[in-house]
Amino acid sequence: MELENLTISKIHEGLKNKDFSSFEITKEYLKQIAQKDQSIGAFLTVTENLAIEQAKKADEKISKGKDFPVLCGVPCAIKDNMLVDGVKCTSASKILENYVAPYDATVIKKLKEQGCVILGKTNMDEFAMGSSTENSAFKLTRNPLNLDRVPGGSSGGSAAAVAANMALFSLGSDTGGSIRQPASFCGVAGFKPTYGAISRYGLMAFSSSLDQIGPLAKNIQDCKTVFEVISGQDELDSTSIKIPGDKNPKTELKNLRIGIPKEYFIDGMDKDVEKNVRQAIKKVQDQGAKVVEISLPHSEYAVAIYYIIAPSEASANLAKYDGIRFGFSKNEKELIDVYLKTRGLGFGPEVKRRIMLGTYSLSSGYYDAYYLKAQQVRSLIKQDFENAFEKVDMIFTPVTPTVAFKFGEKARDPLSMYLSDIFTISANMAGLPAISMPCGKSEGLPVGLQIIGKQFDDYQVLRVASLVEKLV
Amino acid sequence: MLSKEEVNKIAKLARIELTEQEIEKMRKDLSAVLDYFNLLKKISSEKSDLSGTPIKYLTLRKDEAIPQPDGMSEKIIKAAPAKKGNHIKVKAIL
Repeated sequence: MELENLTISKIHEGLKNKDFSSFEITKEYLKQIAQKDQSIGAFLTVTENLAIEQAKKADEKISKGKDFPVLCGVPCAIKDNMLVDGVKCTSASKILENYVAPYDATVIKKLKEQGCVILGKTNMDEFAMGSSTENSAFKLTRNPLNLDRVPGGSSGGSAAAVAANMALFSLGSDTGGSIRQPASFCGVAGFKPTYGAISRYGLMAFSSSLDQIGPLAKNIQDCKTVFEVISGQDELDSTSIKIPGDKNPKTELKNLRIGIPKEYFIDGMDKDVEKNVRQAIKKVQDQGAKVVEISLPHSEYAVAIYYIIAPSEASANLAKYDGIRFGFSKNEKELIDVYLKTRGLGFGPEVKRRIMLGTYSLSSGYYDAYYLKAQQVRSLIKQDFENAFEKVDMIFTPVTPTVAFKFGEKARDPLSMYLSDIFTISANMAGLPAISMPCGKSEGLPVGLQIIGKQFDDYQVLRVASLVEKLV
Repeated sequence: MLSKEEVNKIAKLARIELTEQEIEKMRKDLSAVLDYFNLLKKISSEKSDLSGTPIKYLTLRKDEAIPQPDGMSEKIIKAAPAKKGNHIKVKAIL
């Protein structure tokens, strides 16, 4: 079986025509994991028994009916910050080392209702804090395209699993680029939908005003199919909302107005990355799209306000890891010492840094200068996009300033790591849908094109991305 | 650069115990990031309000206990490091 050529629709057809069973494909993916993951390290937990049981159930469903759901029998991988009932869920943190999920996240419930097969839980930066997956407490994940390079992060395991054909698609979460940046580094597609489009019930919260779940897959159509299944309003997540269907399914590139923000082509970015992105834009322009330079003047503040808002929210969200409710705990005489020691020993360096940063930003005397100011600038960034979308339909940008970097290259200097998210953060700040798709190669490594759309224009973003996919 | 005392104060508020080595590293790392935040001084505060925050459609659910499936409380208690019978065990807080 040629796993690299499989797509969701090919699996669906194959299952329908009895060319193969879900059990057979699942076995094949498990074999790939057994062979390759020793050197790549995409998975923290391989759920072999669960996968085989789900595959058999899917085959039963398929043998009975003429019609079965599109993801029935399709093998996938899940980032280790989403709960799968009865399966270990660690967020790649020592503090949750042996934590077993007591229920399914809403996205998992929806995948299971389809008959989807879960192969395992993928490695990530601890609590999704990082851009290289080097912050996992448990292991490194290597970029399948070059083992000396990082896969990106924080959803590095999810991107590597798809890129190495160890899962057909995967789920990731994106707070400042954590789906799009690893997708770009590993040469796969990754979609961060409009804020609220997908329920986050059962996703371990990092920064609640920014976090969003989304799919990573080999192509745009697969991202769309998964998005259709897992999106929707959920009473268990009060920020979730139903996204309208595709209001313009016949959009052609020639009718499109595309904005290129001048702030996204900066000094210090890799020239070859810029060239690849500009070439992709040129190809779209050659199809008749109107390409205009736009300005998003507050872009330069995005990284700064991200590292105020996200750590502030994280410092509150991660207060629940107190040595009393979950997993790792250091037993001490006094309660305060249980907290101090459990958290001191249980959290890794980056998580501690962010909790400290957030605590500082929210502390008395600094709140106005940091947190309040950041929220004000956030609304200016959102306003920038609203102004731009009066003139254009979509915004095209690079996903990252460089291709996948080497291990250790940025790990010692937190600020340089933070700056690698410079092009992806704004979409989270404004709650906008944004996709990362491969558009070329530099030094033999993939370059990503980012397409950002208006709020709730998720299907238009996917539609335009699939048209661009045919050109690049 | 942040002083050792400042770092200790934040660590205590955050309920995280740091080693001497971590305190020194934290002084350096946090200071570098806080310096970077100076960029924000370029924007005057009057220029903006909070109306642009992305959540405008927020609907809060009622504050009520929602019945859970059988076995959920057992699973949650099982995850706790210390328990007694059907309860999570905590330190005396008085």
